[in-house]
Amino acid sequence: MRLDQRLIAGMIEPGTRVLDIGSGDGTLIDHLFRTRGCDARGIEIDMKEVTRSVAHGLPVIHGDADHDLAHYPNECFDYVVLQRTLQAVERPREVLRQMLRIGRHAIVSFPNFGHWELRLRLLASGRMPNTAVWNTPWYATPNIHPCTIRDFIALCDEENYVVEEWMAVDEEGERAPWRRSIRLANLFGEQALFLLSRRPSGSMTKTS
Amino acid sequence: MDTFSTSHNHTTALFHDGLTLDCGRHLAPVEIAYCTYGVLSPARDNAILICHALTGDQYVAQTHPLTGRAGWWEGMVGPGRAIDTNRFFVICSNVLGGCMGSTGPRSPKPSTENVAEPWGTDFPPLTIRDMVRGQEMLIRHLGITRLFAVIGGSMGGMQVLEWTTTFPEKVFAAMPIATAPFHSAQNIAFNEVSRQAITADPEFHNGRYWETGAIPARGLGVARMMAHITYLSEEALTRKFGRRTRPDPQRLASKDTSLLGEIFEVESYLRHQGSSFVRRFDANSYLTITRAMDWMDLAADHDGDFSAAFAGTPIRFCVVSFSSDWLFPTSQSRLLVRALNRAAANVSFVEIESDKGHDAFLLDEPDFERTVRGFITGAAEHAQLSVASHTEG
Repeated sequence: MRLDQRLIAGMIEPGTRVLDIGSGDGTLIDHLFRTRGCDARGIEIDMKEVTRSVAHGLPVIHGDADHDLAHYPNECFDYVVLQRTLQAVERPREVLRQMLRIGRHAIVSFPNFGHWELRLRLLASGRMPNTAVWNTPWYATPNIHPCTIRDFIALCDEENYVVEEWMAVDEEGERAPWRRSIRLANLFGEQALFLLSRRPSGSMTKTS
Repeated sequence: MDTFSTSHNHTTALFHDGLTLDCGRHLAPVEIAYCTYGVLSPARDNAILICHALTGDQYVAQTHPLTGRAGWWEGMVGPGRAIDTNRFFVICSNVLGGCMGSTGPRSPKPSTENVAEPWGTDFPPLTIRDMVRGQEMLIRHLGITRLFAVIGGSMGGMQVLEWTTTFPEKVFAAMPIATAPFHSAQNIAFNEVSRQAITADPEFHNGRYWETGAIPARGLGVARMMAHITYLSEEALTRKFGRRTRPDPQRLASKDTSLLGEIFEVESYLRHQGSSFVRRFDANSYLTITRAMDWMDLAADHDGDFSAAFAGTPIRFCVVSFSSDWLFPTSQSRLLVRALNRAAANVSFVEIESDKGHDAFLLDEPDFERTVRGFITGAAEHAQLSVASHTEG
């Protein structure tokens, strides 16, 4: 299991209902069922991965974040997880809204476009950056909505979501040390991981 | 209940009290012919009911007594197979309205006069739910309060869905395969052509063909040929037959239908499908069962909302479709999955890549086999069934 998946699992209370969007080979939901007693289910766009997951006895459906979340009732999950996919969906804001409609919490990870290496490469070469994380040319990338950590926090403020927890993570999924400063995290974090919830109606306090 | 008898390598349970059908009429007595494989565990928690399709029967994993061919799902059901009879007690019964031993149009019609006459077209109209009620009587009789799983393809999948909505507390896991929660207008249309072919046959005699000793073989054969096309796909037909021809065996008899004494291989294949079918299937059963399929609509009692039928369901579902199936296309399975999602049900959904059309569920498809095996194994773990085999295989 990837290290950042361990960090995600650590955010999830035992015995809860979890939906993992983009569940891949089902590692996270299998882990949540076996070690945390969760009712964990998956949605996956790649049919080969779906077949593999179901053949391992995991409850996974073929579908995607943009089109299938609307069919779930309100708050039918405790956590809805979207790993390293937000930048690749058609409508990220709507996907987040759906996640926090069907789930009490949303756990979102995404590659941080504010990382210093990307900034430097764009500045120095004037070409779209090509790094270990952002490794497909602009005309072929599925990552159509890249954002930085600060962009994401701004969206959470706009949408009135509570950031319950956040951390910068490096590419291997190890937790990065930029805990205190969002600016530093935005410069040095390769990936970001957020635990969100909806603000209780009536409350208007600002986060971060 | 009542009594047992064994013949044709199946067992028949006789229910003198019968059951009340959706149409309001009471059908009595009711006989259910069935086959079982494996051993029921002491806790009676390892039973899997397999529901057969329109022209299937209870001989799921054994030689068919009339055709001498292997059971229709022998690749899937047996010792060590995906549906492992070393571990599970597998039941398959002939549907009500069928013609392989369960009460149907060919069964004797109860009457005050002492004349033994089959029901024929007087047989009451059935629904898929009536078939499921008959199966429920059978499993109750077998001492099973909850089935570990109900599995079926096509019309068998419709029965699976009726089980989950009619007896949700009696099913732990459900696998509706290549099916839909309602019968589409197109499928009703195909069925109607089949029925018209049968009733237009001069040998049909308004369904009283037993009086002449003949059967409407021509009409039933055409019905089967037409239906068989819908079970395949253009790709599969092209791969199997292409435009190849062969000498027409009926050359002298039917000069006008063949060119230079040749017919296309696909014609020959369909003729064979038609003629072998009429030897094992009853025309009135075909009419009764296709009607039952046409009436299938899970949303009928729920103002058109399929998800309402599944509200609060505790059942683990695994929905399977096949990419080249145009009779029960993936879009209908997806509609079912979304209804289950709206009901917050635990559901898996796989579309198996195959060019074999609707019939793919009966054929050797490794991905499908792995899906069935994995879903059952996973569900058994959640049901906390013991892993041990009940018999050595």
